[in-house]
Amino acid sequence: MKKFLLKLIQNRFLFTELAKRDFKQKYKRTVLGMGWSIMSPLLTLLVMRLVFTHFFGRNMEHYTTYLFCGNLVYSYFKESTTGGMNALMANSGIISKVNIPKYMFLLSKNVSSLINFGLSLVVFFIFAAIDGIRFGGHFFALLYPIICLVIFNIGMGLILSALFVFFRDTGYLYDIFTLLLMYMSAIFYQINGYSPMVQRLFLCNPIFCYIKYFRVVVIDGNIPGLAYHCLCALYALVVLSIGCWIYKKNNHMFLYYM
Amino acid sequence: MAIIEAKNVSIRYITGDFKDIGLKEYVMRRLKGNYHVKEFWADRDITFSLEKGDMLGIIGSNGAGKSTLLKAVSGIMVPTKGQMEINGTVAALLELGSGFDGDLTVRENTYLRGAMLGYTRKFMDEMYDSIIGFAELQDFQDRPFKQLSSGMKSRLAFSIACLVNPDILILDEVLAVGDGAFRKKSGNKMKQILSGGVTGILVSHSVDQVREMCNKILWLDHGKQIYFGGDTETVCNAYEEFLITRKLPGDFAQIQALSNAFIRRKEEERRKKQMNEAQKLQSILESGSSDAALDAALGIIRKRKPELLKE
Repeated sequence: MKKFLLKLIQNRFLFTELAKRDFKQKYKRTVLGMGWSIMSPLLTLLVMRLVFTHFFGRNMEHYTTYLFCGNLVYSYFKESTTGGMNALMANSGIISKVNIPKYMFLLSKNVSSLINFGLSLVVFFIFAAIDGIRFGGHFFALLYPIICLVIFNIGMGLILSALFVFFRDTGYLYDIFTLLLMYMSAIFYQINGYSPMVQRLFLCNPIFCYIKYFRVVVIDGNIPGLAYHCLCALYALVVLSIGCWIYKKNNHMFLYYM
Repeated sequence: MAIIEAKNVSIRYITGDFKDIGLKEYVMRRLKGNYHVKEFWADRDITFSLEKGDMLGIIGSNGAGKSTLLKAVSGIMVPTKGQMEINGTVAALLELGSGFDGDLTVRENTYLRGAMLGYTRKFMDEMYDSIIGFAELQDFQDRPFKQLSSGMKSRLAFSIACLVNPDILILDEVLAVGDGAFRKKSGNKMKQILSGGVTGILVSHSVDQVREMCNKILWLDHGKQIYFGGDTETVCNAYEEFLITRKLPGDFAQIQALSNAFIRRKEEERRKKQMNEAQKLQSILESGSSDAALDAALGIIRKRKPELLKE
């Protein structure tokens, strides 16, 4: 761990340059580029709001905020991990020529999606304010699931980018996976109607956990209990350690597949 | 202490049709039992060591394992067997054009490449102007990289890499950069760097370049080490003879024999060329329709050997 941090400090110039590159690549220097990345989740939100309010949001307060919480977390997760999945392959030309730590490419990719998430978060707060949400000091608790989510996404990125090097159809399979995950994360419906057993099963889905944390803080004005915090951290750390282990084990194998 | 010490370095590649198959296909093949991975030794038992200031030339035909060996030196690959000990920082000039981003400007790409080679931001701030100056790209600094010509691209890459003061410099077919004028400039720069006590490794298909620049030589063939040592001239001769006859020498005596054969061949070629010229001249003189040729010949004889005419 200490060695890892030392390497990160050594490579911080490379890290900032890579992050800058990824950011510019993404928006291609267009003014609309950044606006568009906020617009597209907003459009999803609009459609969901129009379509699902009739079915799921009838007797529910703050349904817009409820939806937005789900979309915010889910779209950050999806963007960050699909971006991260390409991190190694997109830089295969560099990796096979220069000896630099491979996770740098993944981390830099995550920075630009994190910035995107930050922008969406601002929009989210504006919408929440319009929706009549009461703001308060407890909102600082949102930092906790965000940090967990960042770690979780990096871990997923590590796993996916490695898998993508070995199996080129990971992209398609992951698309299907994220689609299923979206339906299972209770983004637009409530889980109150299910039996307690099934409700507990929902907690096996890390994305649902992070979304729920947001909802508890923003809509209910509470902070979840300690056990819930542990669960959030556990998911993040487990995924991160699996990712690190895969990278460590295959560090020199990647080259053969590129 | 040796700067680079390679002891029985062997590097194994895995090849086969696993590269572009997906997860589904992989599982299917595993189930059917026809998932095959072939092993392939790119380098076998390579042993050499370089001291400070040495310049090693690696020669060998395509697929000899040269580039793989360089990857092991630069740390991109790890030897499957054996040890590779590196004492110092390595700067690799492998295939200059790759790794740039077409959408970024020249300035941004310069910084990015500098960062990849391990420089600090401060160092890059200081050196930026001289890099652009050396590459002669002052008027293109804020243009997208993809708008540059390929010569300009490699000029930039060369300039960035040349500013390093590494302990070990790896050159893989990179000296042929840009147009004639720049090639001369880059050659001079290279010599300047090498005279500064850097340890260098040069991979080149140009044997003359190796003759000129290297004091140690490593000959590889299909991953096997044919020779390592300091007798650059003899080995270069032998290698050129090998390129003609395709006879691989087994030990140093055979290398010397090959070298001698090469020298003899050169000598013979030179003689033949002279003979050919003489014959050509004669045939011109004979087939001439007018007497102008005869007159010319007589003139020469009169000048050089007047005694012949008196008889």
